[in-house]
Amino acid sequence: MGVLVTTSDYAVLAEGLRKRYRDNHALDGLDLAVPYGMVYGLLGPNGAGKTTAVRILSTLITWDSGRAEVAGHDVARSPRQVRHRIGLTGQHTAVDDKISARHNLVLFGRLFHISTAAARKRADELLEQFSLTDVADTSPKKFSGGMRRRLDLASSMILAPRVLFLDEPTTGLDPAGRREVWQAVQHLAAGGTTVLLTTHYLDEADKLCDRIGVIDHGRNVVDDTPDGLKRRIGKERLEIVAAEPEDLPVITGLAECAATDSSDVVVDDTELSVNVPVADGARVLTEIASDLRSKGVAVADLGIRRPTLDEAFLQLTGHTTTQSGDNEEVSV
Amino acid sequence: MTTVDLRPDTRDTPGARAKWAVADSWTIVLQELTHLVRQPSTFAWQLGFPIVMVLMFVYVFGSAMDVSGQGAGEGYMEFAMPGLFAMTMAFGFMNTAFAVTQIKEKGFIDRFRSMPMASSAVVTGRGVADIIHAAVDLAILVAIALILGWRSGGSLVATLGAFLLLLWLRLALIFVGIYLGFLVKNTEAAGNLFAVAFPFGMISSVFAPPELMPGWLGTVAAWNPVSSTTGAIREIFESPEVRSGYWIEDHALAAAIAWPAVIMAIFLPLAVRAFKRLNN
Repeated sequence: MGVLVTTSDYAVLAEGLRKRYRDNHALDGLDLAVPYGMVYGLLGPNGAGKTTAVRILSTLITWDSGRAEVAGHDVARSPRQVRHRIGLTGQHTAVDDKISARHNLVLFGRLFHISTAAARKRADELLEQFSLTDVADTSPKKFSGGMRRRLDLASSMILAPRVLFLDEPTTGLDPAGRREVWQAVQHLAAGGTTVLLTTHYLDEADKLCDRIGVIDHGRNVVDDTPDGLKRRIGKERLEIVAAEPEDLPVITGLAECAATDSSDVVVDDTELSVNVPVADGARVLTEIASDLRSKGVAVADLGIRRPTLDEAFLQLTGHTTTQSGDNEEVSV
Repeated sequence: MTTVDLRPDTRDTPGARAKWAVADSWTIVLQELTHLVRQPSTFAWQLGFPIVMVLMFVYVFGSAMDVSGQGAGEGYMEFAMPGLFAMTMAFGFMNTAFAVTQIKEKGFIDRFRSMPMASSAVVTGRGVADIIHAAVDLAILVAIALILGWRSGGSLVATLGAFLLLLWLRLALIFVGIYLGFLVKNTEAAGNLFAVAFPFGMISSVFAPPELMPGWLGTVAAWNPVSSTTGAIREIFESPEVRSGYWIEDHALAAAIAWPAVIMAIFLPLAVRAFKRLNN
């Protein structure tokens, strides 16, 4: 495809998006700025507005106010231009079970208005790219969840879109399927596709995304890198686990010196661990390590712990990602 | 990996749009027809009910019914077969509704609408495929009827005209099906539409003359669009008819042409509106 002239440096740009359904504000002034080549995760509980945002940006629904631009084109004014440059993999797997995997891709190729010959060639390429060549002529009915989702992803990659929207790409998949889809998404991102995905799995956001936008009640809560998000919440904590019980007092003394808050020293006699808040974890870690070595104290474990995204989320929004408990949470 | 020329047709002129609207619809039609060819059992499932009904009415209940005035069971097959044809067309709206709900539920509509294709093709392609499907349904039923000994009393041209009247009814009901398909939440709910289809098909002149029903029910049955189509094709096939003085029964042919037009006038805009509502 030719070089695109873009009016902005962002693959996805949204300013003050508002969308109201009869009784609730699905989006209440959402801002987004996703640079090209990034995997950006919209993270939030059910009903936070993630899906509404994706549906607006992928030209499916209208909105009340605000501006949206995708791949350099205004979504409201030139939806057709946007549609030529995006791929959408929605919450439900849009796979036709009655025809083969290859036939599915050729069908979508035809509907993307490329010639039948090009559609066939592209289907073969995508089957290979998504490791589906061996099952190309099989009905997707017999596929695992991960394979179906990969075929679904392949169908939205027909035109090699600049921006790919993934709405909860791994919801309902088993751990193996999730890993398959993660690998496929990482592969696409490595190839330069900008990915905007929604998820309520924190580990997924942590694993896949370069940046995470936490949203709640249709509003931005925070926008940061996964690490930055974790750092933002609470302090890093130094944790030392003693090898021998008699070393615990010495270790506790060292840890107290490094602590930024001496009233927050947590000593666990049964685990033989000491846990204190610190600043500049990397420096503290090297200093403690050399102190321990000079004192000749052996430790079972030594490390800087950052809060998990789960904890971060709880702190940012006041509730966890799963409110109803109907979605299983897979730990990191 | 070789690279494929992925340049799609990006022209955005009215001509290009119209061309692609037709091409996209046809792609969808071909997809639907591929389904039917791959799964011929679809016909067996969908025609199973009307076939069982006709066997039951012709051979079980029919022997007790005197519709021709020549004694119980006499001429009942000639009476019931046109009804069966019309009923099959009438029940067809469920297939349309179910299919529309399914493409909505499975995310196809969202995928299609996010693509540069003509999004209306999802619906128009479905409609064309349904008419082709209905014509095949009808051909199978007629073949079975011929085997059972049914014959049309009308000329070949008139008989073909009768089949067109049947497809005319089916065409109108496609828009009902599309509207209901968007209206219901999921395929389970679409399955429940049978509760609507059954009285719509049965409270009619399909299997029994409205004359034999209680007064108000007879009126409802006589004015049922399915009865009008049934009455019109009975005239064409020269089947035994029992008229009971309802005005509409004496104008069956006109009603068989008018009813589907009325249904379309109501449900085409509703279907279009339901499709546009997806934007909300």
